[in-house]
Amino acid sequence: MSATVVPVKSYLRIWLMLMLLLLLTWGAAQFNLGKFNLPAALTIAVLKMVLVVLFFMHVRSQKGLLRVFVIAGFVWLLIMIDLTLTDYLTRRSVPENAVWTWEHGAWPAPEQKKHDPR
Amino acid sequence: MASALHPLEEQFDDPVQQHEAATLGMWTFLATEILFFGGLFLGYITYRTIYPDAFAEASRHTLVLFGTLNTAILLTSSLTMALAVRAAQEGKPKSVVRFLLLTILLGLCFLAVKGLEYHEDIQEHLWPGPHFKAGLPVQAQMFWFLYWAMTGLHAIHVTVGLGLLSVIAWLAHRGLFSSAYFTPVDISGLYWHFVDIVWIFLYPLLYLIHRYS
Repeated sequence: MSATVVPVKSYLRIWLMLMLLLLLTWGAAQFNLGKFNLPAALTIAVLKMVLVVLFFMHVRSQKGLLRVFVIAGFVWLLIMIDLTLTDYLTRRSVPENAVWTWEHGAWPAPEQKKHDPR
Repeated sequence: MASALHPLEEQFDDPVQQHEAATLGMWTFLATEILFFGGLFLGYITYRTIYPDAFAEASRHTLVLFGTLNTAILLTSSLTMALAVRAAQEGKPKSVVRFLLLTILLGLCFLAVKGLEYHEDIQEHLWPGPHFKAGLPVQAQMFWFLYWAMTGLHAIHVTVGLGLLSVIAWLAHRGLFSSAYFTPVDISGLYWHFVDIVWIFLYPLLYLIHRYS
C-alpha cells in the first residue's frame, strides 16, 4: 500500500483544532454580530469540513482524479443552490395594475414608479 | 492490498490501483449523498430567505446545549475512526477493533443525546401540525419540519454507519484485514466522516445562527 501512515499526533492535532473551532462557533453565536452571524458560522463550518476532508479522509494525499471527484460533489451542490437562489432572491412582489415605463435608459425602481393614471 | 482472501481482480493492474478504484467509487457514492442531503439544505436556504423572521424566532427554540454536545461527540468519533483506519494500515487488528468499538460507542452516545433532545422537543410541542406550540408564527412550522427531516435523515445515516462499523469490527476481529488489505475499513471510514460533515453544517444552521441576533 502506497499511503504513508500519518502519526497519531497529527490526528490529535486536527481533533484539537476541530474542538477549538466548535468552541469558537459556539462563542460567536453568543454575540449579536448583525449581518455577520451567518457568514461567521458558515465559514467555521467550512473550515471544519476542510479539516475532516483533507486529513481524516486523506484527500490531502490522494491523486488528482480523486480530488476532482471530491470537488465535483460540492460544486454540483453549489450550482443547485446558486441557480435556485437566482430565482428566489430576484423575485419581488409587483403591485397590481402597476405600469412601469422605460425612461432615461432604465426601469424605475419599484418605490419610485409613477402614479398609475387609471 | 491483495491477500489470500482478497486476490487482485483481473481488471486491475496492481493492488494499489484496486484500492484507488474502491476509494473513487466510494467518493462517487458520497457525491450522490451530498446532493441527497443537498435537497433539504436547499429547502432550508429557500424558506429561510422567504421567511427570515419566522426562522429566527423558530430556531431560538432548538436546544443548543444538546446540539453542541453532539457536535463534540461526532467530531471525536471521527478521530477514533481515523485512528481505526490508521491501525488497519499498520496491520494491528486488536487496535482496529478497539477503535471501531469506541467509534460505535460514541455513535450510540450521539443517538442517545439526540433521543433526549427529541423528547424535550416533543414536550415543547415543536412537532409541526395542529398541536404546534402556540405563539410562534405559522411559518415557524416550516423550520421545525426541516429540523425533524434533516436531523432525522442524519440520525438514520448514523444508524446505518453503526451497522456498517459493527460488521467491519466483526471482520477485523476475525482477522480478515492486514496492512496489505484493509480497503473495507478505509471505505467505511469515509462514510462515517461524511455523516460527521453533514452534522458540521446542521449544527450552525439549526442551533446557532439566530441565537442572539
